[in-house]
Amino acid sequence: MGINLYAPQFEVCRDQKKCIKCKVCMRQCANEIHSYDQELDVMVADDSKCVDCQRCVTLCPTRALRITKFQNEFKENANWTQQAMIEIYKQADTGGVLLSSMGNPVPYPIYWDKLLINASQVTNPSIDPLREPMETRVQLGAKPEKLEFDKDGKLKTKLPPQISLNVPIMFSAMSYGSISRNAHESLARAAEELGTCYNTGEGGLNEDFYKYGKNTIVQVASGRFGVHVGYLSAGAAIEIKMGQGAKPGIGGHLPGEKVGEDVSKTRMIPVGSDAISPAPHHDIYSIEDLRQLVFSLKEATAYTKPIIVKIAAVHNVAAIASGIARSGADIIAIDGYRGGTGAAPTRIRDNVGIPIELALASVDQRLRDEGIRNNISLVVAGSIRNSADIVKAIALGADAVYIGTSALIALGCHVCRSCHSGKCNWGIATQRPDLVKRLNPDIGYKRLVNLIHAWDHEIKEMLGGMGINAIESLKGNRLMLRGIGLNQKELDILGVMHAGE
Amino acid sequence: MINFLVKYELAIEIALNTALYGFLILLNIEVQVYNLQNNGVLKIPIRKSMSALFCYKKHLNLFLNFIVKEVYDMLLKEGQVRIPSGCAISGIFSREGRRMSGKDIVKSISVMHDRSNGLGGGFAGYGIYPEYKDYYALHVFFDSNAAREEAEKFINKHFDVINLSRIPTRKHPRITDEPLIWRYFVAPLHGKLEESQLDEKEYVARCVLKINTNINGAYVFSSGKNMGVFKAVGFPEDVGEFYKLEDYSGYCWTAHGRYPTNTPGWWGGAHPFSILDYTIVHNGEISSYDANRRFMEMFGYKCSLLTDTEVITYIFDYLNRRQGISLKDCAAIIAAPFWTEIDKMPEDMKKKFTAIRNVYASLLITGPFSIILGFDGGMMALNDRLKLRSMVAAEKDDLVIVASEECAIRVIYPELDRIWSPKGGEPVIATLIGGVV
Amino acid sequence: MRKIYVNEDRCLGCHLCEYYCAFAHSGKKDMVKAFSSESKPQPRLTIEEGDSINFAVSCRHCETPLCVKACITGAMQIDEEGRVFVDESRCVGCYTCILVCPYGSVIPGKEKAIKKCDLCIESGKPACAENCPNLAIVYEER
Repeated sequence: MGINLYAPQFEVCRDQKKCIKCKVCMRQCANEIHSYDQELDVMVADDSKCVDCQRCVTLCPTRALRITKFQNEFKENANWTQQAMIEIYKQADTGGVLLSSMGNPVPYPIYWDKLLINASQVTNPSIDPLREPMETRVQLGAKPEKLEFDKDGKLKTKLPPQISLNVPIMFSAMSYGSISRNAHESLARAAEELGTCYNTGEGGLNEDFYKYGKNTIVQVASGRFGVHVGYLSAGAAIEIKMGQGAKPGIGGHLPGEKVGEDVSKTRMIPVGSDAISPAPHHDIYSIEDLRQLVFSLKEATAYTKPIIVKIAAVHNVAAIASGIARSGADIIAIDGYRGGTGAAPTRIRDNVGIPIELALASVDQRLRDEGIRNNISLVVAGSIRNSADIVKAIALGADAVYIGTSALIALGCHVCRSCHSGKCNWGIATQRPDLVKRLNPDIGYKRLVNLIHAWDHEIKEMLGGMGINAIESLKGNRLMLRGIGLNQKELDILGVMHAGE
Repeated sequence: MINFLVKYELAIEIALNTALYGFLILLNIEVQVYNLQNNGVLKIPIRKSMSALFCYKKHLNLFLNFIVKEVYDMLLKEGQVRIPSGCAISGIFSREGRRMSGKDIVKSISVMHDRSNGLGGGFAGYGIYPEYKDYYALHVFFDSNAAREEAEKFINKHFDVINLSRIPTRKHPRITDEPLIWRYFVAPLHGKLEESQLDEKEYVARCVLKINTNINGAYVFSSGKNMGVFKAVGFPEDVGEFYKLEDYSGYCWTAHGRYPTNTPGWWGGAHPFSILDYTIVHNGEISSYDANRRFMEMFGYKCSLLTDTEVITYIFDYLNRRQGISLKDCAAIIAAPFWTEIDKMPEDMKKKFTAIRNVYASLLITGPFSIILGFDGGMMALNDRLKLRSMVAAEKDDLVIVASEECAIRVIYPELDRIWSPKGGEPVIATLIGGVV
Repeated sequence: MRKIYVNEDRCLGCHLCEYYCAFAHSGKKDMVKAFSSESKPQPRLTIEEGDSINFAVSCRHCETPLCVKACITGAMQIDEEGRVFVDESRCVGCYTCILVCPYGSVIPGKEKAIKKCDLCIESGKPACAENCPNLAIVYEER
């Protein structure tokens, strides 16, 4: 109302000498920024709606386009930054809660970048991964106290159900609704080829994807979207979503624009309605209620599927994890504050939760102090950006990692953080059929397979360098890490020594 | 130059002594001549001069050794180390239970002298205390008498002490800075044992761990029945001489010479490590150490010795004694087969090994190792699954001998019935025919 | 014989195939130069656009091509491999082939001769298939 108080964020710079007026930018921009001026025979752009998704820049055949920050500068103020002021203008305009997508972009410290990995020399040989077996297979699930063998040496103990992964990397939960059907198909096919799992997220499972069941983790979230017995039995494991790293303490949010026919059928909700999951599970108000749900799900699936409990990393995550480990869950998944999301209130995404590195270190140590670390498996998420992050996570104590944003980036995402608008130009975070077409699952799944293969190979190189030939010998092996640029308190929490010691 | 000094020390000693003798004889003559003037031939008796000579000799020896050691140490500290060849291990076992003198094992390990650097050596003998075979023999290091008093108070509270004494040793020029070394033959105090509701072995193990963690300056380095560990900082053959091992006889002996790389040379840090009757001698370095240690510490074990090998001993104690898993399966846990092999196995074997690698994932030991485990009534030798350390096994009559090198076996038994190199991950297990006596 | 096939589920209607095809036949090495000249190069395929379906139409290289039969000068020919091509020097621009083609693949040229897909015989790699951003156009044997 009144004056529009804020300038555009981005500027579309077009080199008119290079532009051949092929109009691909106009045709491919869902925000309708580019247009062709007939009279002047030039392409023009309306900067105000640009979100810097980079679609036009990537497709322009003569590379005539680039997107820069709109260089309009408010008076410099280290406290009242332009961003802070624009957010107030927006809220004064609309009276609404600021909504954002993807993970926390604020420059808090990244602990992965302050940890260094060891290599073996002289006293202990490094192992060559191209010539010696290098094993990255992991098995997730609850382990019994001991194994018993009969007099012939055969195994007597019956193990609870496990998931076996060829690589310690799984695809994180991204719901059908927040991402498109083609994105799900890419994830499912890649998981099948790689021998790992992908997660349905809280949006239920489309019937056409039941055939990938062996590689699917089905999620039961607070909204219970799409949950019925067939759904539970379809997957290889069931995940109870207690919290999510991007928005600890609140439930999922799918804006109505993204709820089309298929999403509505899969989620079992009316078309066009906002799908807002409640903050707690309304049947879990204390830890013993969680135990009840875990066992209900086990009963419903005849004890054939491991149960994962996913929590967000918050201040007392160690105590919560300890409680979950005793509740009958088989696997605990922890999501750090950098985790991505389709839509979350900006304030919660940027200010609530703690880094996954610290959460992982303290949960792993607490479970070992209580002697129950081997009863469950630990999976971590919350911005795993490359294979070195994975090696460090396993050295701190994780069994495996979930990747979300990394997988989407492999599919073409440029982290423009406008998923909540439903106009994803890359066909990932949208339900509009014309946009969803842009993500070809044949290309998408290949790119995911390539990414994981590349990371697996890098992990093997690093393991070999450390003189280790099986990933289980890296799990919790904190002597393989050293900190750099960390204060004593941070080193104590991470349980690593400083570089040089 | 220093090598030369060390190797030919004896020859140099003799040469110098001869020179000294010669000088002193000259001195004698001088004195005689001098006293001729006094009309009293004051002959310094040969005996006296000889004893003077011996005094000189002793001091000279000490001086010589001091020089050699200091210079040697200095050179080592300056980084001029010899080409590293890791540690050395050796083990002899008699299936019939024939008790052998400790001489043989000392001979075996001394041939592998170059594999150590003098910063640790040790032996474990089984069947060496037949008169006290029903009692636990605790071998303890004390830094001071105060530590000994505190430890003895604890021991007396929890055990019936049948016999106690210092372990007899002989002075050895190259073994220095020795702590107090005591030996106690004990049995758990009946009342205390009942009260604790633990089984006897668990009770003893816990008491030993308590002493080692809580009492400063005291360290129990052997705690089994009818067996004992003897270790020190020095070359293993010197350690053997120091502890007078030729006076003991046992049906099983294992030995170790150390070349430590990542831990200080400390008496407690030498191998073998033991808990109850399990002893481990180990050649190699464990890359998976911290993963193994943090798992074991969940079950009450505390790795207090700053070395990798301790955790292997605890792993055997946990798997074999507390969980009742057979030694063959223990070997399969710590040197598990590769997934490529497991995938090709028949169904029930596949299930078994998949479960082992799943449940005991954190007990897989990676990194080069060859270990010899001694236990009541048997001995087991094992290599890591990539066979990155050498190990040779041999049989002769009822004896099973294992060592890092063939020469260490042939030096005691030149003729052998069979000699072979075990595969990586394949254990060599020898036990007493007729069980433990 | 390998031919051009289009998957209508994947075609985005971005028209990039048209521009790359035209560029490939322009004889110029630089795309900007090719399109800034007075006579802009012509593509040999057209995009049919609808509400939710797009499709790139190009010559099907039929086994019994009607255009070859209809050509009055014999400019339109089919070679041993089955590729239908036009000899532009012989074409008089009568447009009979355009009338006759059941798919509408033939395009009237700016000069006399008509334009049609020649499977990029010179380079061996059809520019449309190489540059389609969504792999909607493929060059394969079926």
